[in-house]
Amino acid sequence: MAALTPISRKPLSFVLPILAAAGALVGLFFGTANGSGLIGIVAGAVLVAGLGYAYVEVLKNEKTALWISLAVMVVLGIYLAGIPGIVLGLFFGWFFWWFTHWLFEGRYRARLLPYLTPGQVLWHYSFRVICGLIFFFLVSPLVPVIWLSFNAQDFFTFTPEMLRFDPAGYSLKHYQDFFTNGEWQRSFKNSLIIAPIATVISVSLGTLAAIGLSQSHVPFRRAIMAILISPMIVPLIISATGMFFFYSKIGNFMEGTMGLDKNLVGYFKVVLAHAVLGIPFVIITVTATLVGFDRSLTRAAANMGANPVTTFFKVQMPLILPGVISGGLFAFITSFDEVVVVLFVGSAGQKTLPWQMFTGLREQISPTILAVATILVVISIALLTTVELLRRRSERLRGMSPA
Amino acid sequence: MRVNENMESTNMKMKTILLTTAAAMIAAPAFAASHMANEMTIVSWGGAYSKSQLLAYDEPYSEMTGTTIIHDDSSAEAVAKLRAMNEAGNVTWDVVDVVAADAIRLCDEGLALVIDPDKDLAPAPDGTPASEDFGDLLVSECYIPQIVYSTTFGYRTDMVGDTPPTDICAVFDLEAYPGKRSLEKRPINNMEWALLCDGVAKGDVYDVLATPEGQDKALAKLDTIKDQVIWWNAGADTPQLLADGEVVMGSTYNGRLFSVIEEQDQPVAMLWDAQVFDLDGWIIPAGLSPEREARARDYVRFATDTQRLADQAKYISYGPARMSSAPLVGKHAELGIDMAPHMPTDPNNAKNTFLYNYEFWADYRDDIDAKFQAWLAQ
Repeated sequence: MAALTPISRKPLSFVLPILAAAGALVGLFFGTANGSGLIGIVAGAVLVAGLGYAYVEVLKNEKTALWISLAVMVVLGIYLAGIPGIVLGLFFGWFFWWFTHWLFEGRYRARLLPYLTPGQVLWHYSFRVICGLIFFFLVSPLVPVIWLSFNAQDFFTFTPEMLRFDPAGYSLKHYQDFFTNGEWQRSFKNSLIIAPIATVISVSLGTLAAIGLSQSHVPFRRAIMAILISPMIVPLIISATGMFFFYSKIGNFMEGTMGLDKNLVGYFKVVLAHAVLGIPFVIITVTATLVGFDRSLTRAAANMGANPVTTFFKVQMPLILPGVISGGLFAFITSFDEVVVVLFVGSAGQKTLPWQMFTGLREQISPTILAVATILVVISIALLTTVELLRRRSERLRGMSPA
Repeated sequence: MRVNENMESTNMKMKTILLTTAAAMIAAPAFAASHMANEMTIVSWGGAYSKSQLLAYDEPYSEMTGTTIIHDDSSAEAVAKLRAMNEAGNVTWDVVDVVAADAIRLCDEGLALVIDPDKDLAPAPDGTPASEDFGDLLVSECYIPQIVYSTTFGYRTDMVGDTPPTDICAVFDLEAYPGKRSLEKRPINNMEWALLCDGVAKGDVYDVLATPEGQDKALAKLDTIKDQVIWWNAGADTPQLLADGEVVMGSTYNGRLFSVIEEQDQPVAMLWDAQVFDLDGWIIPAGLSPEREARARDYVRFATDTQRLADQAKYISYGPARMSSAPLVGKHAELGIDMAPHMPTDPNNAKNTFLYNYEFWADYRDDIDAKFQAWLAQ
C-alpha cells in the first residue's frame, strides 16, 4: 500500500521514552522469571532505549543495526534461558530493531490519513494492541495444551528437557495411545455415531419448529417458543436427572416389551437426549434468518403453481441455509462436547469422548487427554475452515464478493 | 438382444444384492441379540488399576468364555448411580468394584447381592475354604475383597535435604520439611494422623476422636499446617503435584506412588509410617436378570481365585486379599522387579499401620464431615 502521508523523523525526546517503556514491559516478564521484576524493568528500559539511541544517533545504518540487535538479544537470550533463549532473542532482536526505526522515521504515520490528530493515531494503534491482547487471552490457554501433548512423561509437567527443546523430552506416545487404546477408540467411534445423528434430528425438527413459529396465525407462539428453548436455560444437571428417569422407562419398554438390542436402545436414548439439547440452537439461528426472509417470495411461488413442499425446498430453504448450517454446527458441537447428560442417560457401551476425558482426568491425569484435545482442536479448525471456504465459494458463484 | 441380456444380468445382480441385504438385515438383530447376551459391563476405578484388572482377570476370562467385557470407570460414584439405577429399574452394571465402606452401605440398602463365600467363591488350591482364606477381610456379607491397599505418603527425595522423613509427624513439621503438602479433602485418615502426632497413643485414637474435644484437637493440629496444604480429590492429583515439585510430600494410594517411583522414574520415595489399610473388591448389584446374575457370579468366582489375585500383583503394587495368593506374588510384568517389597503388607513396610475403622466411620462420618468442611471454609 502506498504511503498516504509524507513522513518525517521524530525527535529523540519522543522515541526514547516509548522505547524505554516497551523495554521495561518486556524486562518485567523476564525479570520476574529470573528472580527480580524491578531489576528486569530497569535493565530492560536502559537496554532498549540505549540500543535505540545507538542505532539512530551513532550508527545511522539500518542494516548494520539489525545484525547488532539480533546478536545482542540472542546472547542475552542464551544467558537467561539457554537454547530456547535463541528463539526469543531472535524475535525480540528483530522486534526492537523494527520498533525503533518505525518510531524514529515516523513510519507509523505513513499509512494513516494525513489529517488525524496525535490522539487519533494513538487510539488507532492502542485499538490494535487491545484486539491483539483479547486474541491472546482467548487462544493462549490452548498453547500449553498442545505443547504438553508431546510430553515424553506421563504428567502435565513441562520437563527441563522440553524447555531445552531436547528431542528426548518429546514423544508421540500419547497420540499412539489414543489410536491403539480400545477404550479411546470406542469412545471416539461413539462420538462420531451419536453427534451426527443427533445433529440431523435437531436440524430437521428445529428448522420445522422455527418456520412454524414464524407464521403469524400460530396461537401461543411465545409460550411454545419458551418451552422449546428451555433445555438451553434449565441447568443441564436438572435436565439430565429428568432425562435419566424418563429414558429409563422408555428403554425398559423397548428392551423388555419390544425385545430390541440393549446397545441399540442405548444409542437411541443418548441420540434423542442430545437432539433435545441441540434443538434450541437451531430454532434460534433459523428464527433469526427468517426475520430477513421476504414472505412475498412464497406467495409468488404459490402463484406460479408450486406446492408448499416444493416452495420450501426450492425457495425458502436456500435462503435460510446459512442459519440452518450454523444452527447445525452448534447442535453438533453441543452433542460432541456434552458430558453431563451422557453420563446419566448412557451406559458404558455409549461412552463418548468427553466422558472418557472426564473419567480419565479424574482417575489418571494422563497426557493422552491433551493429545485428544489437540486432535479435536485440529478437527474443529478444519471443519470451520471448510465451511468458511464453501461459503465464500458459493458467494463467488452467485456473483457476490466475500464480505 | 445384447442390451437386453445385459439388462437381465444387471437385474439379476441387483436382485442378488437386494436379497443378500435383506437377509443380512433380518439376520443382524438376531446376531446382535446373541452377541449381546454375552456382553457384560464391569465398573472399576480407571487408570492403572483398571488396566491391572483387564490384564489379570478380564482377558483370561474373555478367552475362556467368549464374553465381551465393557469397562465403565464409574466406581467413584457407584453408590449414587446404583441407587438411581435401582429406582429406575434399569441396572446396566454387572459387577462393580467398590471400597469396603461403600460395599457396606450398598449391602445395608439391599442394592448388593449377599454372597456365601464357601459356596460362591473358589477354595484355595490346598482346599482351604474361601471364608478362611480371606479371613477377617470379609467385612460385609455382600463383599468379595480383591486387594489390600494403603493410603500413605510419598515425598520428593530432592526437596527434603539430607534427612529424609521416616515418621508420619514429618507431615506436621514445617520447620524440618518446609513446603506444601497434599492431603485428601476429607477427614478420614487426616484426623487420625493429626491425633497421632499430637501425642495420642495409637490405641486411643478412635476413643479420642469420638469426643467433640478430640475432634477439635485434631482440627487444631491440622490448623498448624492448613495454609501449606493443597487438598486433593482424585488419586491422580498427588502424583501430578509430586512430579511437578509443587508439594514436598503428599498422601495418596500406594499403587499410585509405586507407579510414580518405579514406572515414571520420578525422584520420589515412600513414607510407609502409619499407612492406613483399606480394601477394594467386588459386589454384584441386586436386580439383575437370572442369566446376567449367573454370569456375574461366574466372573467373580473366576476373578477372585488364588491365581488371579496373585496375577494382578504383577501389574500394580496392591496386596492380594487371599492369604494363599501371597506366596505366588512374583515380578512386575514389564519392569521385572520383585513386587513383594512394594506391597503395603510387606513386613518392612507394615511396621506401623492402621486398619480403616469401618464401624467408627460409619457412625461418625456425617458429624465429622460437617465439622471438617466448616473448618476448611474458615
